[in-house]
Amino acid sequence: MPTIEIHGLCKRFGKNVVLDGLDLTVPRGKNTVVIGGSGTGKSVLIKCVVGLLRADAGEIRIDGEDVTKMDERELIRVRMKFGMLFQGSALFDSMNVGDNVAFALRRLHRYPEHQIPNVVEEKLALVGLRDLQHLMPSELSGGMKKRVGLARAIASEPEILLYDEPTTGLDPIMADVINDLVIRLRESLGVTSISITHDMASAYKIADFIAMLYKGKIIEVGTPDQIRQTANPVVSQFVEGRAQGPITAEHEEFVRFVHRSGEPRGQEEH
Amino acid sequence: MADRVKRNGLSVVLEKFGTRVFRMVEDLGNVFVLFLQCLTWLFRPPSEIRNIVKQMEEVGIRSMPVVLVTATFTGMVISLQSWSGFQRFQATSLVGSVVALSITRELGPVFAGLMVSGRVGAAMAAELGTMKVTEQIDALVTLATNPVKYLVIPRVVASTVVLPILVVFADLVGILGGYFVAVYLLGANPYVYVNKTYQYLEFKDIYTGLIKAAVFGFLIALISCYNGFIAEGGAEGVGRATTRAVVASSMVVLISDYFMTSFMF
Repeated sequence: MPTIEIHGLCKRFGKNVVLDGLDLTVPRGKNTVVIGGSGTGKSVLIKCVVGLLRADAGEIRIDGEDVTKMDERELIRVRMKFGMLFQGSALFDSMNVGDNVAFALRRLHRYPEHQIPNVVEEKLALVGLRDLQHLMPSELSGGMKKRVGLARAIASEPEILLYDEPTTGLDPIMADVINDLVIRLRESLGVTSISITHDMASAYKIADFIAMLYKGKIIEVGTPDQIRQTANPVVSQFVEGRAQGPITAEHEEFVRFVHRSGEPRGQEEH
Repeated sequence: MADRVKRNGLSVVLEKFGTRVFRMVEDLGNVFVLFLQCLTWLFRPPSEIRNIVKQMEEVGIRSMPVVLVTATFTGMVISLQSWSGFQRFQATSLVGSVVALSITRELGPVFAGLMVSGRVGAAMAAELGTMKVTEQIDALVTLATNPVKYLVIPRVVASTVVLPILVVFADLVGILGGYFVAVYLLGANPYVYVNKTYQYLEFKDIYTGLIKAAVFGFLIALISCYNGFIAEGGAEGVGRATTRAVVASSMVVLISDYFMTSFMF
């Protein structure tokens, strides 16, 4: 049985239609990676899933419950199933690492206060860090921040993990460390996850399924091998990272269009 | 483009003015919605008491020096000004009353409010704005925490409670400052001065001032938090949010002061 089912999801900002009838099914216990160019709405997609953004139309079912119709109080209950790793880690910079990881534990009163340091240590060990509970986020490197962010996301033992560009901005070695962590967490905790990325090396490594987001829709879903051998020219241009192809051709067409329609306006004003 | 209508200067000005008014009404509505959200989350568990105490320290103790210095000099200058004015018709004995009344009724709360707008309003907008643009507010939400409850309520409650306390001290040092200038620099009779200070001062003068202060505290925190929440676009956006917070809350202090005064006269 799938954990997350998305049907006909639409989201627009003003006149800008970002998601346009998106369908996606995320199977339980698997890592689904959503790929797509910058600004195609990958972040918007996972923010809709966790309820940070409200969908304009369509439904998002988490274990059968539609989150798009929920009020704020019900959403809080559903959000306990989620952990999210943000692109810039989003650590609370007024707190040290230990308090960051312990944040949800304290808010939810999952453990008595004297046990919290042990739990925090255990979660930090899961992401390969130790003895830095007292450091402030500003004292950490980018890779360490990501790992602390991950420890914070898994602290309350979520069933679903959302990764917003987990490897962006990291050096290749640190990116691979994060990839290994993502895989290990899926294997050891059995969590369902959605990752969004445009780093294909990472996508191939961590994905059970890859879904390509293009123009507000999922245009192809498949295992990494299927995606590698795709017949779809748009997908193949993206995964192979070619500069020439349907995506850029369309972009150039658009630029020419803007250029043309810009000319008469220029004459009018001069 | 076909739908472009040729516009003259006046309609452009009117259109800009209209957009501004429209945005202002929208902001006003949103601040009110934020206030309603505060009310609905105020008494739900978990309690934010620790956060409230932390904010009280931030708003109260850290603003104390600024407020006290401002109030002292305000008292001193009123004493000086009213002395030189009242001398023209031999009424210098009333300087004590003028200082006490103007400080407690008006200048104590208003100057404390303006100083807190600048100091605390800016800090709140900058902190919340930074949290917004670095996705920390989104992170709060994913950690099962409502940002209004965790960030806005402690600030609004702390600021509403603490500002009247600040004003009690401001009133006190303002009156002392006036006394100092009148008695030691201008040679007023200390007995007459103290007597006149008490004679016309009613309890109502003090508590209306404190009510004003509480309202200022509430509005400053609410407006500044709102401006932090709507910040977007990196460091520049945070800067803009901070400026807007300080300007808006200072203006609201002065505007609401007039209406409260006319209401509680």
